[in-house]
Amino acid sequence: MRIAIIDDSGLRATILEEGLRDAGFDEIEVVPAHGAFVARLERMAPDVVLINLGNANRDSLEEMLAVSRALARPIAMFVDQSDDGMIGAAIDAGVSAYVVDGLRKDRVKPVLELAIRRFNAFSKLQTELAAARTELAERKTLDRAKAILMRNRGLAEPEAYALLRTTAMKQGRRIVEVAEALITAADLFGDER
Amino acid sequence: MTPLSIAFLPLTDSAPLIVARERGFAEAEDIALSLMRDTSWATARDRLVYGQVQCAHMLAPLAVAVTLGLSQASCPIAAPFKLNDNGNALTLSAELAAALDPDRRARVQDPIATAHDFAAAIGLHRRKPIIGIVHRFSSHALMLRYWLAYAGVDPDRDVTLRVLPPSLMVQALSLGEIDGFIAGEPWSSVAVAEGIGEIAAAGVNIWQRGVEKVLATRADWAEANGETLGRLLRALDRAAAWCDDPANHEELAALLARPDHVGQPAELILHALSGRMPLTQGGEIAALPNFLLFHHGAANFPWRSQALWIYSQFVRWRMVAPGPENERAAAGVFRSDLYRSALAGRGVAMPGASMKVEGALATPLAAASHEGSLTLAPDRFFDGLAFDPQDVEGYLRGLHAT
Repeated sequence: MRIAIIDDSGLRATILEEGLRDAGFDEIEVVPAHGAFVARLERMAPDVVLINLGNANRDSLEEMLAVSRALARPIAMFVDQSDDGMIGAAIDAGVSAYVVDGLRKDRVKPVLELAIRRFNAFSKLQTELAAARTELAERKTLDRAKAILMRNRGLAEPEAYALLRTTAMKQGRRIVEVAEALITAADLFGDER
Repeated sequence: MTPLSIAFLPLTDSAPLIVARERGFAEAEDIALSLMRDTSWATARDRLVYGQVQCAHMLAPLAVAVTLGLSQASCPIAAPFKLNDNGNALTLSAELAAALDPDRRARVQDPIATAHDFAAAIGLHRRKPIIGIVHRFSSHALMLRYWLAYAGVDPDRDVTLRVLPPSLMVQALSLGEIDGFIAGEPWSSVAVAEGIGEIAAAGVNIWQRGVEKVLATRADWAEANGETLGRLLRALDRAAAWCDDPANHEELAALLARPDHVGQPAELILHALSGRMPLTQGGEIAALPNFLLFHHGAANFPWRSQALWIYSQFVRWRMVAPGPENERAAAGVFRSDLYRSALAGRGVAMPGASMKVEGALATPLAAASHEGSLTLAPDRFFDGLAFDPQDVEGYLRGLHAT
């Protein structure tokens, strides 16, 4: 079974390709969605095309699937239109699939299930990465605010931190918000770090 | 508050949806509206068909095509409200446009002459012209085909129609991947402002009242949520009226310009709203007063005859097999019944009929209306032909004979 992967995210495409290879599929091509990607797909004549749902080129792809003479058999979206549960899961995960007509459902299903799992794992990874980035940024903000207090009020680090924390508690705000406000104020007063 | 999600594409004619949320019209109807921006029509369609959103900003022909199952399994769609009439422009590369009338205003204002000039330009161009369309089932593509065919051009043979999302047209034109495109605003204005294209034709001059985007829902959702849909249509009616008022155009342009909406400069968005379209970079401005219409003259009323005109074009271009079943299903997509039940008794101009002969009015006509006063605007096609929805076959025979 020849599988084409088109994805805005190169990283996600790689993750999906790896998963498919591990599962024993070996005719896989990752096709970048720009320039002559339609011509490349026509040459490859895939049985299944996996493309991220929000990809800007889906209308072009569907047009190609509708008119292409290079593909002997028409391609329809998703495995089986009656399988609403799976289609819903695919859309929630952000993946869409085009499958050549006549390909048996039981052969395609594992491909789509795997794509859904990998897409979900990828977005979880993205969320975690974003959370880690936020945490790092917040720690930096906190460090800057502490440094300002230590310098301007002659506090030791634990005292500076305690002051930020009690202020946050009194105002019902997050400690990082208090730190940001302090940094802004210090900037306005011309405090150079 | 009832939560509702609507998918939309970054286009000026998404305005009634954005205004319904941002100006509080949805909230006044107790609807918490969330808008989901997509880049391709396929994605908006899938979100709608598989229930991720309840409604979508949709190309009217696509709503018909999805119902008829032309691109995938059929899913009955209800279009109870047209979001706008008109709003498209054909933009060409300077190279292709060079073969047209050097008077650029004349090109736009005389679509008959320009169609013939375009036909002649095809053979002179260094390659078969590649024209970008946003979707095979788009009003723009149907309009382009209609216009080209008038001058004897076979759009499936003499030009290459390439599908691209509207937001990628400008880039494709600048890279020389296409020689022109027909799309909704602001994309022609963006191409003109960047100096990579010239507007050669305007939809309003091809069909004075061209059917364009609709609010689409699944037919089964509309049945099961009639009361909610009614409130949404009332919010959209007020939002569309707000969008049409010239006093609001600057504010509307600024609202649409936001990065989470259309994300293009307000002054470019304003062109279509004001009907003053620069045709080249820093060049002539064409006055096109009805370039884009949101409300007046019952613009939102889903005439079943317009759904049938779309069907007639599908048949004409062999996109669907003709037959009474398909004809009935196509006409049934435009739900004038739902429009009536949502907006009756609220001072909204309400046509007495649900079908009319399209293209028959050369001058404004006071029409039968259950309430309010309704003046139907001129709605002629540029070639003077009229479409009688009772006789699709006869209309198609007439088209072939010309």
